[in-house]
Amino acid sequence: MKLRRTMLFMPGNNPGMIQNASILGADSVILDLEDAVSIDEKDAARMLVRNALSTLDFSGCEVVVRINSIQSDFGYDDLNVIARVKPDAILVPKATSDDIEEIDEILSIIEREEGFKLGSIKLFPLVETAIGLENIRETILASKRNIGVLLGAEDLTADMGIKRTREGNEIFYARNRVASICKAYKIDAIDTPFADVNDVEGLIEDTKRAKAIGMTGKAAINPRQIDYIHEVFSPSMEEIMYAKRVLKAKEEALKEGKGVFSLDGKMVDAPIIQRAENIILKAKLAGIIRE
Amino acid sequence: MENILGRVLPEYIEGYGEVKPFSGAFNNLGIKSKKQVSVKCVAPSDVKLVESIKEALIKCEIKDGMTVSFHHHLRNGDYVLNMVMDEIAKMGIKDIRVAASSIFPVHAPLVEHIKNGVVTGIYANYMSGPVAEAVSRGLLKYPAIMHTHGGRARAIESGDLKIDIAFIAAPTCDEYGNINGVYGPSACGSLGYAIPDAMYAGRVVAITDNLVAYPACPIEISQEYVDYIVKVDSIGDPKGIVSGTTKITKDPVGLKIAKMATEVIEASGLLKDGFSFQTGAGGISLAVAKYVRDVMKKNGIKGSFAAGGITGYIVDMFEEGLFEALFDVQCFDLKAVESYRRNVAHQGMSASLYGNPHNKGAVVNRLDVMILGATEIDVNFNVNVTTGSDGVIMGGSGGHSDTAAGSKLAIVVTKLLKGRLPIVVDKVTTVTTPGETVDVIVTERGIAVNPRRQDLLEKLKETNLPIMTIEELKKLAENMVGTPEKIEFDDKVVAVVEYRDGTVIDVVRKVKE
Repeated sequence: MKLRRTMLFMPGNNPGMIQNASILGADSVILDLEDAVSIDEKDAARMLVRNALSTLDFSGCEVVVRINSIQSDFGYDDLNVIARVKPDAILVPKATSDDIEEIDEILSIIEREEGFKLGSIKLFPLVETAIGLENIRETILASKRNIGVLLGAEDLTADMGIKRTREGNEIFYARNRVASICKAYKIDAIDTPFADVNDVEGLIEDTKRAKAIGMTGKAAINPRQIDYIHEVFSPSMEEIMYAKRVLKAKEEALKEGKGVFSLDGKMVDAPIIQRAENIILKAKLAGIIRE
Repeated sequence: MENILGRVLPEYIEGYGEVKPFSGAFNNLGIKSKKQVSVKCVAPSDVKLVESIKEALIKCEIKDGMTVSFHHHLRNGDYVLNMVMDEIAKMGIKDIRVAASSIFPVHAPLVEHIKNGVVTGIYANYMSGPVAEAVSRGLLKYPAIMHTHGGRARAIESGDLKIDIAFIAAPTCDEYGNINGVYGPSACGSLGYAIPDAMYAGRVVAITDNLVAYPACPIEISQEYVDYIVKVDSIGDPKGIVSGTTKITKDPVGLKIAKMATEVIEASGLLKDGFSFQTGAGGISLAVAKYVRDVMKKNGIKGSFAAGGITGYIVDMFEEGLFEALFDVQCFDLKAVESYRRNVAHQGMSASLYGNPHNKGAVVNRLDVMILGATEIDVNFNVNVTTGSDGVIMGGSGGHSDTAAGSKLAIVVTKLLKGRLPIVVDKVTTVTTPGETVDVIVTERGIAVNPRRQDLLEKLKETNLPIMTIEELKKLAENMVGTPEKIEFDDKVVAVVEYRDGTVIDVVRKVKE
């Protein structure tokens, strides 16, 4: 299990920020070659990200690179250069199943050429159009490399011709669809970033809404958003304490040879135990409790 | 010879005298004497108010070779030092030693006085800008003497630093010499650094732009110490005096360091009722105050006091009831000035009360936690805040060494890399503060605890903080940016760095051109 509570976007053309990418506390960083980089800096950003990946120690922080669409003039070059320095994953903008299939094939060739384990470079399709949203199942099934889907609400609402709001009711359906399908295929559902970096309250509410319907993490566009998002997506101390009690009661029941047991007068069954184990695992991964 | 830190020092320095080598932060205590002060008595009919700075200088019998002193509460807005030195130069006086508690870029005209021999010596606790560069280039006849804030007070009280005439920039003053810093167009709040000068100088001149009717209450420096008063149009530029609003940094790396430092404080067990705290006015240091504030509020902790230069942010914490009192040696902004004027528990303190190691107990001795900066820190935890990466003077101890020595937990907060240079090095360019008084360094990539503090190390091992040795921290930095080439120096000593007890902790040599 890999925690992806936050995926922090960083411009691929800013060496000062990339140098510090791994220490800002995000579970994953997305080095962006697409929207954050102007047309005349595409080549320079690609080289910078390549050099960063080949020289810097990202010390345990997952590194994802958002390439340009392979329908654009830059996508193939991005893929060919970046895959050779082995990022953890590639974020594919406006992904279709055809794009994912093609990228999968290219990655397999590069992995063979470079001697990397086949399938080791993972993929994140970015759902940011209506067609992308409706075809998301096919997109996920297009490659075993897919480990999560990122919902891009700004582009999606632009595509739909609707207004993006602070409350986000306009993306209620999109979030539900992404969350449900990702759960069905056991991959992560990463929520769209919250655009107003100064609106902490709005960010927390938005994150809670996403978590409530099953999104597993959220993209961030500023390091200051990380802690607030983690707060929402990390197990609370109350949850942890309860989970510990469940697991302890389970152990005792096992010792006594009981198959079914109760805690605080309520019967504890398999889903509750599963949930408790997940909470403890997440709490350990998040560094809230020690091994 | 070498001092205990292995710094090579001359035994005798022309213009300074015999060098007493630093032998440990607490090795030079015991019984000390204060100097005798001669006083020119004032008869009931005498008038202290004089027409001009020149008249004051004449009455004080200014002559070649004297030492004149200034304080730095007006910071980079100060007009007083330049006004007085210009007058001294016009009078044809030479060979003056300027004892300014700090020197800022606004004091650039001093460079001309240095070049033409009006000024031949400088004492300062901190200097930045053109004067610091001129000193580093070897333009000053005698080496500059760098004190700590507490060390300067000690030197004045002991007579090591003999001030002939002290000039007090007085935001408010009456015609008999009662001074305060809380009223007037150039209000700067506490006048803590000027107090030893007023008490021990041969003559004291107050220079004010706000002459009020007798008595000028509240009185911070009283008439019994002041010989003459001069009224001028303005003593300073308010824009340079106060730094305006003190804002918490938005730099995510700085914030991360501040957050980790706060976790270190929490883990130390010191953050409880009765907590006392000091931190700097900007950057990462002030951000630590923000996180400490959050923890104190969350856990209902009621602190004892915050000390040092006081910012509006610390005043907010005080007004929220997080501290019972503030000890203030200088106010950093108007909010602090206002609070100092209004609140009895916002207590002024002299430089001696603040950090003098040779009095009957300084406020720094009562500090639980001190947050410090660093230009460089070496594997023995010695810190440089005196010279920059080019070997040129760009600062000085100020209260750095005093608070490090006094506090129970001295934490250095710094980025591991600054401008592609590693901050942790084998040997610092200049030792300002000895490693034995520094407990822990917090960087964005790791935290190193001084091996002298095994107790703290054990506590921190219980946390999820990235604890490593300082050698590992150094290696981490070098892996990213390599090892910079050493700066080359001439033999000429351009500054003597005195530890707070008056021993020499290091010297600054002239950078090879």
